[in-house]
Amino acid sequence: MATPAVTLHLSRLARHLPFSCPFFKPVLYPCARILPKLPFRRRAGFSSSRFTVSASVSPASSNPGNRGLDDERYDVIVVGGGHAGCEAALASARLGARTLLLTLNIDRIAWQPCNPAVGGPAKSQLVHEVDALGGEIGKIADRCYLQKRILNTSRGPAVRALRAQTDKREYATQMKEIVESTPNLSIREAMVTDILLGKNDDIEGVRTFFGMNFYAPSVILTTGTFMSGKIWVGRTSMPAGRAGESASLGLTENLQRLGFETDRLKTGTPARVDRRTVDYSGLEPQHGDEEVGWFSFDLDFHVEREQMCCYLTRTTKSTHQLIRENLHETPTYGGWVEAKGPRYCPSIEDKIVRFMDKESHQIFLEPEGRNVPELYVQGFSTGLPERLQLPLLRTLPGLENCSMLRPAYAVEYDYLPAHQCSRSLMTKKIGGLFFSGQINGTTGYEEAAAQGIVSGINAARHADGKPLIVLERESSYIGTLIDDLVTKDLREPYRMLTSRSEHRLLLRSDNADSRLTPLGREIGLIDDRRWKLYQDKQARILEEKKRLKSVRISGGDLSANVTSLSCQPVKDFSTLESLLKKPHVEYKVLDKHGYGNEMLSRVEKQCVEIDIKYEGFIVRQQNQLQQMAHQQHKRLPEDLDYNAIATLSLEAREKLSKVRPQTIGQASRVGGVNPADITALLIILEANRKMAYQEKRLQLLNSVKTDTDGHISAASLKETN
Amino acid sequence: MASLLLSPLRFRHFLYKRPKLKPPSPLSFTSLKLRPRFPPYLHSCHRSSAASSSPLADSDHKTHALLTFNDERAALLNGSHPQPENATTIAAIVTSLGGPPGAVGIVRLSGPSAVAVVGHVFRPSRRKSKSKRPWRPTSHVVEYGVVLDPNGNVVDEVLAVPMLAPRSYTREDVVELQCHGTQVCLNRVLRACLEAGARLAEPGEFTLRAFLNGRLDLTQAENVDRLISAKSVAAADAALAAIQGGFSSMVKSVRFQCIELLTEIEARLDFDDEMPPLDINQVVNKIHSMSQDVESALETANYDQLLQSGLQIAILGRPNVGKSSLLNAWSKTERAIVTEIAGTTRDVVEASITVGGIPITLLDTAGIRETNDVVEKIGVERSEAVAMGADVIIMTISALDGWSPEDSELLDRIQSNKKSTGSSTPIILVINKMDCVASDCLERVQQNVGSFNKHVLTSAITGQGIQDLEKAILDIVGLNKFPAGSRRWTVNQRQCEQLVRTKEALARLKSSIEEEIPFDFWTIDLREAAMALGHISGEDISEEVLTNIFGKFCIGKELTKEELKEKEKTRKAKEKEKRKKLEQEKEFEKKRLEQEMKKRQEKEKKKREEMKRKEKEKAKMKMKHKMKK
Repeated sequence: MATPAVTLHLSRLARHLPFSCPFFKPVLYPCARILPKLPFRRRAGFSSSRFTVSASVSPASSNPGNRGLDDERYDVIVVGGGHAGCEAALASARLGARTLLLTLNIDRIAWQPCNPAVGGPAKSQLVHEVDALGGEIGKIADRCYLQKRILNTSRGPAVRALRAQTDKREYATQMKEIVESTPNLSIREAMVTDILLGKNDDIEGVRTFFGMNFYAPSVILTTGTFMSGKIWVGRTSMPAGRAGESASLGLTENLQRLGFETDRLKTGTPARVDRRTVDYSGLEPQHGDEEVGWFSFDLDFHVEREQMCCYLTRTTKSTHQLIRENLHETPTYGGWVEAKGPRYCPSIEDKIVRFMDKESHQIFLEPEGRNVPELYVQGFSTGLPERLQLPLLRTLPGLENCSMLRPAYAVEYDYLPAHQCSRSLMTKKIGGLFFSGQINGTTGYEEAAAQGIVSGINAARHADGKPLIVLERESSYIGTLIDDLVTKDLREPYRMLTSRSEHRLLLRSDNADSRLTPLGREIGLIDDRRWKLYQDKQARILEEKKRLKSVRISGGDLSANVTSLSCQPVKDFSTLESLLKKPHVEYKVLDKHGYGNEMLSRVEKQCVEIDIKYEGFIVRQQNQLQQMAHQQHKRLPEDLDYNAIATLSLEAREKLSKVRPQTIGQASRVGGVNPADITALLIILEANRKMAYQEKRLQLLNSVKTDTDGHISAASLKETN
Repeated sequence: MASLLLSPLRFRHFLYKRPKLKPPSPLSFTSLKLRPRFPPYLHSCHRSSAASSSPLADSDHKTHALLTFNDERAALLNGSHPQPENATTIAAIVTSLGGPPGAVGIVRLSGPSAVAVVGHVFRPSRRKSKSKRPWRPTSHVVEYGVVLDPNGNVVDEVLAVPMLAPRSYTREDVVELQCHGTQVCLNRVLRACLEAGARLAEPGEFTLRAFLNGRLDLTQAENVDRLISAKSVAAADAALAAIQGGFSSMVKSVRFQCIELLTEIEARLDFDDEMPPLDINQVVNKIHSMSQDVESALETANYDQLLQSGLQIAILGRPNVGKSSLLNAWSKTERAIVTEIAGTTRDVVEASITVGGIPITLLDTAGIRETNDVVEKIGVERSEAVAMGADVIIMTISALDGWSPEDSELLDRIQSNKKSTGSSTPIILVINKMDCVASDCLERVQQNVGSFNKHVLTSAITGQGIQDLEKAILDIVGLNKFPAGSRRWTVNQRQCEQLVRTKEALARLKSSIEEEIPFDFWTIDLREAAMALGHISGEDISEEVLTNIFGKFCIGKELTKEELKEKEKTRKAKEKEKRKKLEQEKEFEKKRLEQEMKKRQEKEKKKREEMKRKEKEKAKMKMKHKMKK
């Protein structure tokens, strides 16, 4: 492709373009117009935007000073090239913003430092949603999978989850290629140590370790585990973001200086073993699904590949004994690392301590790639010193003679409690500064990608002077995730769970596209081809639902089959829809008897089935949602002085002042705020509203009065205006 | 006069003279948007009683009195709305006004400067009145003293009862002044308090504060109102039980169970490997017990309605079967006039009784018959109208006459009326005058018993069967489950709706489990149930809860002059109407009585004349005897 060359060339060119005229500061992006109209930008959304300032302006203001050589100007700068960073940079560049991706190591873009897998319960919904908005993670996972399984099939459509084992290296390569070939997107290796502020406490850019300044009105920090990262194996530690990669130092202190609150979190990754040294004969194989599910709604990415097998083993008594004897050697129980680890992804020692009565824990052996001998030992992360790790691995059946390729380690890093961000992921303190990923205290690639796409979209919009986008909690798992992050004062790594979403039946993976693709289209991330794909699919589903409503059957094989499956009688002239509503009757049954629709894909049939079968529940949940939404979306004034509200509890006053929720619903989710406080808040809102109304009326009356008196003082004039 | 004196308008000018810590500047208008003007206490910081009664606060009041007076004028000149009040202390007469004066009446103050305000008007007798030290009361210790008006004149002798936060009804500093019970005293004391910086409380505002400060939850707050207006012991008991939290704790416990179950299920959605499998039987049992709790609560809803509104029972029957005697015997009064003459009762006579804690209005009606008497005819028509509106009809027959054709006719008439209006008013047959006959001669009556819901044998003279009648009524309205005198909370309409919602959700949940629908779906109905229950206790805030609060406690609503006038007008109009009606009724009764009196007087006159004549005769006879002797 020629485009990356163009981009790179232009960015180099830009360096030579001097910059001096402060009056044009926010609007001056040299070369923006030189870029050819690229095939990626189908929508003309940015044609009238501030991004596109004619290049002819810049030569006029040219002042070939020496500063211009060091400076680079962009619309959006993304710091970090992980899953959040890639998604953010891609979204922003695709929206037409000139984007710079700064990363410590270009070879590690979109690296999967821990489990080479995408999806799983709740996380798969995030991936589907990111894809529905026009993100990349789902497509790459579909392209690089080693194995795919659908989990929780028996528990209802809302908790059904797709999980893919991915080829770690292939994944990184694929993503890197996409990032490199995306127009408007430049990449640079750099360590960002400081952020540059403008006069109004707005962001102006970033400064790197080697003294470069990059300028942009929007900056996204996705620092992952790198900010003051420190890795631990046993009692030994070294500053590093990941094994073998240096940490990013200095940024934390500078953020603190700007008044940000930072804290420390911890996570860990298990050892990797050589798969050639594992004896699979006694292990339970875990094959992939025969019918492969897909993350992406884009049919072009549904290309089946040969699947690899995972294996299941279990901890034994000697595993537990070894750990118990050496608990003092682990960072958490030895007491030399205080940072909190993820409760929902615990280390093996945590599991053994917390579930004392459980005799054995499941351990999965998962391949890391097609061409590498590494095997990921899922569920076995540990903080034990390296000398104990191999003996510990060898207590597992099948691994008695294994050799260890990489030791398990824990990593400690700085994060910024996300109550400092609003739901657009822009920080409340500094306009134009966005945080995404582990810096907000989450764990997981999917969570990172979800935040990444939101911050990427918003960073581009911010640079363009457009209003920011907020995904409501009830709209999506992404919305739920961000709402939780910014309202709950989280002090441990946050992992998405299905139970975190109150209305999950409405937020299924199968309807992620109908929930979010229209929004993605509106934002400008869904191109015409994808939009047509989407519309056709919806039309087919609608058509099929109509057909099922109108076709009636009496007797016959189908009704006999339905009766035997559901143990309910089938009336004459029943519609196919009513048959599908009976328990244990699936669309497959219709197919079997020739009543199915050949034109529909498997996924579409599933959508139809879910829509019909669970209609009652869905409607009920929608009603619940509406009831709540009406109340919860009531906005709280941004300048409400919580400390002056005597009817709030002291704790609520303190917490609300800190978090500054945007809506009543958010306020109710802030820890330490009880229902009585919410009542008090609602009463105040209502009272305020009434007061404002009365005030207005009175002002009107007074202005009329003063008018008739012919006695208009300057003060009252001001007020009435 | 009293209403004028008590209206907030009357004291509005005091509001603007209230002491302020900061003299308001004309520029502060923009900042007003952030602070609601009313109710002001919502936004003020809660100061401890010690701080508010400090000398500083007291002196502030004096030094700023003049300044604030200027403010009022400034405000008027600017044409802007008066400054918002930062005062947070409310005061009101909390004992009932109207009716004969009681010995004692109470003015209650609540708010952070309650002590300061009282300190300003109250002079404890044990201290010299000249003392400049501010009043520093000990909580819950009564003090005797006098209340002074701003000029230093003694207004009343009072007992001051200080209850400092949080040990008070509102969880704020509360001071109650026990005054002499006349309106004059109470109003003068209240006025003194208002002039010292308190604001007149809105209706229900003390309870509102108790609710806002977490002293009462919503159901409890609602029941305070019910307790105050309770008309029977049972209604009061029910309200009291609810205030003490019986119902709240039941709702909370069921809600807690719902949430617990929800957590159990949701935990398994994410961490199935680490948890034991869900015990379906246990879940079903739990749901069953929850729905039983909810249903038993729902049963009280009916009872509550009866407690609040009571029952109307119409006594119907042919003339002279003893309807009025029954009313008198039942109500233990001589409310209705009883004579041997058929058609004595011409109009509907009311009497109030209480059965099983339920207030019941008995309606004695004119005996229904064809008549040419104009007055009696109207009476008969009224009787029929009353019968149609009653909750229960008692059809009375006389045991002496047995079941007569006229009774059949009357029954037909009632039933056809019932049919045409589609009502299902229960009818009880009462066979009266049982003292006059043996109980076995009622065979003809027995044949007709089938068309009634119940039948009872009574004697209005001996009082026999009245208890059976009461029991029959309780049975019919479904109250036999509630033994009289047991202290049991009840639910009101609002709570009832949510309980029904809960019940339905639990029923759906049961069927979901039976149909083996995946357990993620169970959470939807569980959540629904929890939400509905949350609405009851006010833990989940709904629009309805809010409107309730705003409707009941008049928050943020400042009545304008016009509105006040309007209100006063409608109130007066209503009163007038009432009075008119009463007068009409009185006149009607008067005329009837006069007629009767005349008749009686005539009778008595005749009797007396006869007596006189007899006596004269006797006297003559005696005279004759004497003469003979």
